[in-house]
Amino acid sequence: MTQKAESWGTRMGLILAMAGNAVGLGNFLRFPVQAVQNGGGAFIIPYLISFLLMGIPLLFIEWSTGRYGGKFGNHSTPYIFDSMTKGRAWKYIGVFGIFTNIAVASYYCYIESWTMSYVYHSLIGTFEGMSQSQVAGFFNTYVDVASSSTGIPYESVVFYIVVLVLNTFILSKGLGGIEKVAKIGMPLLILFGIVLAIRGLTLGTSGASDLFPSANAWDGLNFLWTPQFDSLSNPKVWLAAAGQIFFTLSVGMGTIHCYAAYIKPKDDIALNAASAGFMNEFVEVVLGGAIVIPIAAGYLGLDWVLENAGFGMAFQTMPYLFQQWGTILAVFAGLFWFGLLFFAGITSSLAMGTPWVSFMKDEFGWSNNKSAWSFGLITLIVGLPTVIFYQQGVFDEYDYWGGTVGLVTFALFETIMFSWIFGIDKGWREINLGADIKIPTIYKFIIKYITPLMLLFVFLGSIFTPQGNDWTGNFSSLFSGNGWNLDNASIIKQITHAGIKEKIAMTTDINLIAELEDKIFYANLARIILISLFAYIGFMVYFAFLKRSKEGRVTI
Amino acid sequence: MKTAALITMILTLGIVTIITLYFFYRVLTTPPKEEPDSYSENDDVEERQHD
Repeated sequence: MTQKAESWGTRMGLILAMAGNAVGLGNFLRFPVQAVQNGGGAFIIPYLISFLLMGIPLLFIEWSTGRYGGKFGNHSTPYIFDSMTKGRAWKYIGVFGIFTNIAVASYYCYIESWTMSYVYHSLIGTFEGMSQSQVAGFFNTYVDVASSSTGIPYESVVFYIVVLVLNTFILSKGLGGIEKVAKIGMPLLILFGIVLAIRGLTLGTSGASDLFPSANAWDGLNFLWTPQFDSLSNPKVWLAAAGQIFFTLSVGMGTIHCYAAYIKPKDDIALNAASAGFMNEFVEVVLGGAIVIPIAAGYLGLDWVLENAGFGMAFQTMPYLFQQWGTILAVFAGLFWFGLLFFAGITSSLAMGTPWVSFMKDEFGWSNNKSAWSFGLITLIVGLPTVIFYQQGVFDEYDYWGGTVGLVTFALFETIMFSWIFGIDKGWREINLGADIKIPTIYKFIIKYITPLMLLFVFLGSIFTPQGNDWTGNFSSLFSGNGWNLDNASIIKQITHAGIKEKIAMTTDINLIAELEDKIFYANLARIILISLFAYIGFMVYFAFLKRSKEGRVTI
Repeated sequence: MKTAALITMILTLGIVTIITLYFFYRVLTTPPKEEPDSYSENDDVEERQHD
């Protein structure tokens, strides 16, 4: 039961699966939007520095932690952490490594289902002849569960379930299934990305119209790449850059540990980690930066992009822009764009399923099939509220607590555990064991001091986000005795729904007040579900501990 | 496009692409470790078997 039942087929398959885990929708949507919202070129330098000082070290930590745990037959973080530390508490920190995955998968599969649906709509020409507002309106109608664009009742729920079943089916085939998807999906994703990026880089002023005569794709690229060295002194930009590195590499989740746990101790992880990490950066910086922003700026102008940059652009704007390329090319562009997003999504959501599957196999001797379908069922139960109550904000609440706070918290704990409790000397040996490249020794210092400090900065920055994200102004206020004013986006204010309560206090519109109170209700509902999920996984870890005790497998 | 932006873009894209390709080149050209290793598809390759 504690023996490895599975292994990766090939080294390249493992790297592609790891890169697929990291490459997600955020590479194409979150990165360019973050860059635009943080001053364009101002963002790039802190971003790349964060990659070297936080991203790469976290990859080394997670790959080596996973491989170390795998040596003892542990493939998910609760008992991987247990095998690295004395005492019994760390396995409960490891619960994050399963919890976050299920929480994120439950709404991530919903986004994945949009991409699948939009591939279908692109192929049948749904967006042909639609105005920009009609395309945007189509999305709003789509996420209203009661409506249907295909005649299928509860279409968005149906597509969600189809995607979840597809994920579960592939997971039930084990690592082999995941590896096959990565080997097909990643090359296709890169191919689609290159085609669209070439278009973005060569569009120039050819997309200008009567409506937007000054539209110019070069303006978008110019904004994205003009270096602004003064950004290095702005904590807001650093926080955004470090946050983006976090999400793009899928660190702080527990998926990397799980994949790496199937590697034997003598095999390399250093070169593998660097290859997968840089492949993600290639997709994000080279391809992700060359599609949405230049194409949108090329047709709608830079001012429009600066005002409207957001996640919704992928679904509410891009289909309209593709229509400007003519009927046939629009079909291909839609297929490439949403196909690319679908592959980016599914290679990540599959990774999110593996920690739970491995945990149930390791601890309770379940088959791969049974573990995978149990993952599908739990994700469906947790995820359906995000689909049904999408417009009430359940989706956003999951994203905030599961996909943002959960990641940062877990990564901070695991870095402290690796460097200071397991010990950097042992950790450094683990990273270099069987390595096919020589890692610069400076990384030993970075992993011990710099990475935990950066993570602490991100963690505290999320808890105590200053009002208006104005760090300089708030530090001045603090030192002049006027206190630290928290922003409504800070964790502390989020807990109390301060932003919504402020809006309620400022309006007399009864309908708006009712709508906002509903929002609080659904946010609380989402929190109860997430807390229940965490508690459930915590109990499962405890039951596993009791089982191990009976079998005499408990570590001290 | 401004010259500074063009240089930053070309440098960044170039460096990221070259490092990515370099690591993949290293992966593809590094000989696999002796059996039993972590990968199942080469398990039956005769010359890689441990005596």
